[in-house]
Amino acid sequence: MTREIAVIAFAQTRHSAEDEGLAEIEMLAPIITEVKQKTGLKQFGFTCSGSCDYLAGAPFSFVSALDAVGAWPPISESHVEMDAAWALYEAWVRLLHGDIDTALVYGFGKSSQGDLRTILTQQLDPYHLAPLGIDAVSLAALQARAYLERSGTTEDDLRAVAARSRQAGRDNPFALHLPEPEGDEYDVAPLRPYDVAPITDGAAAIVLASGDKARELCERPAWITGIDHRTEPHSPGVRDLTRSESARIAGEKAGAAGVEVAELHAQFSHEELILKEALGLDGGEVAVNPSGGALSANPMMAAGLIRIGEAASRIHDGTATRTLGHASSGPCLQQNLVCVLSGEDHG
Amino acid sequence: MPSSTGRSEPNHVLEFPGGYTRSVGPVVGRFLSELRDGRLVGVRTAEGRVLVPPSEHDPDTGEDVTGEFVEVGPAGTVTTWSWVPRPAKGHPLDRPFAWALVRPDGADTALLHALDVGVFEEGAKPPRFLKTGMRVRPRWRAERNGGIGDIECFQPEVTMVNAPTRLEYSLKGGKALQRFLEGISQGKILGHRCPVCEQVIVPMKGLCPRDGVPTTEEVELPDTGTVTTFAVNNIPDPRAPEVPFVSAYVLLDGAGLTMLTLVAGIPADQVRMGMRVKAAWRPREEWEPSMGNIKWFEPLDEPDVPFDEIKDYT
Repeated sequence: MTREIAVIAFAQTRHSAEDEGLAEIEMLAPIITEVKQKTGLKQFGFTCSGSCDYLAGAPFSFVSALDAVGAWPPISESHVEMDAAWALYEAWVRLLHGDIDTALVYGFGKSSQGDLRTILTQQLDPYHLAPLGIDAVSLAALQARAYLERSGTTEDDLRAVAARSRQAGRDNPFALHLPEPEGDEYDVAPLRPYDVAPITDGAAAIVLASGDKARELCERPAWITGIDHRTEPHSPGVRDLTRSESARIAGEKAGAAGVEVAELHAQFSHEELILKEALGLDGGEVAVNPSGGALSANPMMAAGLIRIGEAASRIHDGTATRTLGHASSGPCLQQNLVCVLSGEDHG
Repeated sequence: MPSSTGRSEPNHVLEFPGGYTRSVGPVVGRFLSELRDGRLVGVRTAEGRVLVPPSEHDPDTGEDVTGEFVEVGPAGTVTTWSWVPRPAKGHPLDRPFAWALVRPDGADTALLHALDVGVFEEGAKPPRFLKTGMRVRPRWRAERNGGIGDIECFQPEVTMVNAPTRLEYSLKGGKALQRFLEGISQGKILGHRCPVCEQVIVPMKGLCPRDGVPTTEEVELPDTGTVTTFAVNNIPDPRAPEVPFVSAYVLLDGAGLTMLTLVAGIPADQVRMGMRVKAAWRPREEWEPSMGNIKWFEPLDEPDVPFDEIKDYT
């Protein structure tokens, strides 16, 4: 890497399980203002967002969201129809060019206004999968079954993941505060309702800066020492669902070994176990999802970026030196992004 | 992602009227055409693997696949599954069903489809026989139009048949039994005392099974007794109040032979040898000459009989 780039500010909404009557832009504006205030920046060299038109039910919904940023005089801007963690990746690549030194990244989603499960069906192969009407939770449950049978893990182990995530989430002012897991009923077996990330409305924003600009604007920048994303074939029938090879490679490329804190974008209990194994975090020394993770708040298109923001915050507040943020996309952990952050400044 | 049941009517709908038209290309097109003809095909990769459903490129290498299509299955093996206890609006079945990845025989990859394993009530837990490794086959639609839905769903291979079994008889139980049931129809339990061994035989047969002599001396017995041995039954029976239920041998007070009956009014796992019980009769107006007049025996609030006193009857 030829340029040092750091996360210098992070803000997120107090996420909500219900539609609070705010339009996307009304959710977004306060946190854009917050990162501007934190950094003192009024404009950015580059702006990139992550959102999904199907969530809003309207085309080009990211364009109207630009009003929250302010696009006059005209700004350099881009967008990904993915979690904003991938927008952060694009901004990081853009900063590597060397001609700008700040970038704004944000993501937002209101899952409360449609049926998220069937909305996510629209991302599936339109020939063999989408016409079946299979939804995101049913697909995840296929992976859960395969993983449980391969690993010998039990449904009680899944419940323990949910219990720990919810407990941590209750200490996080931005997460939903969900009760202890209970009940024997399945959602889609082997997953119970608490194994499935909650419907959440919310948004998040991150500011990246390079080199001395980062040092100038942030007391303890969270330097990106490695970032990588990998994808697997789309069809769930051609890959080994019991492992995440894409997360393993991304972790290896990004340098996941030796982190103290890992924020994993696990939207189902079993995904956390698969990811821990893939990233070599199953030894027990690494604090996994101290924020409560996506099982405590899962604003679509922002929840992956929030993992990176939470990981960066542990460095900003001085409680950790080396942390990891992870994001996933697609059915059954098809795509995985790993971002490793460090408080050690070699500049 | 809780489901949206209970959502009010939408005030905004996103829809392509008439559906969204897509071209399928030569590989997917061949697969769908074969489906319409009731066949399942895969395509061979340069490395010799057979992909089902076929794709234009090998997912491992990104190379073009060969032009060789291979008929596979239609039988296959479940590689993983999930269970939908409460189907949603867009699901292919309106009662509980499974999703499964099915690797058709002769293929190296798996096809996703619904798996119908029978009729279950909404909210049902997955049936125990539903397992990875299960052998399944497609259920073809009669009207096919070249889509993945030409297979309605998969269903398990046939592993059992159910043969009707019913024979009809007109039985008479003999004079002694008729007299016994006459007593029962009046709420009395009758037995015979053996003139040789003096044991009371109930229900009487008109003979002492021990001494082989005719018996005629009628004795009325109380409807209380002691459980000498019992079994816990897990298969439903119309006579039993619930499953599991307990069938037991009860030694009526004063009898020299035990009687087979049901024991109820107590959880199955609390029934004991030596437990004191009393007959639970149906209401008098329902009495007829049938052992059905006694529904079952229920616990009496009396100390258990020591094993030594019943050991000859177990």
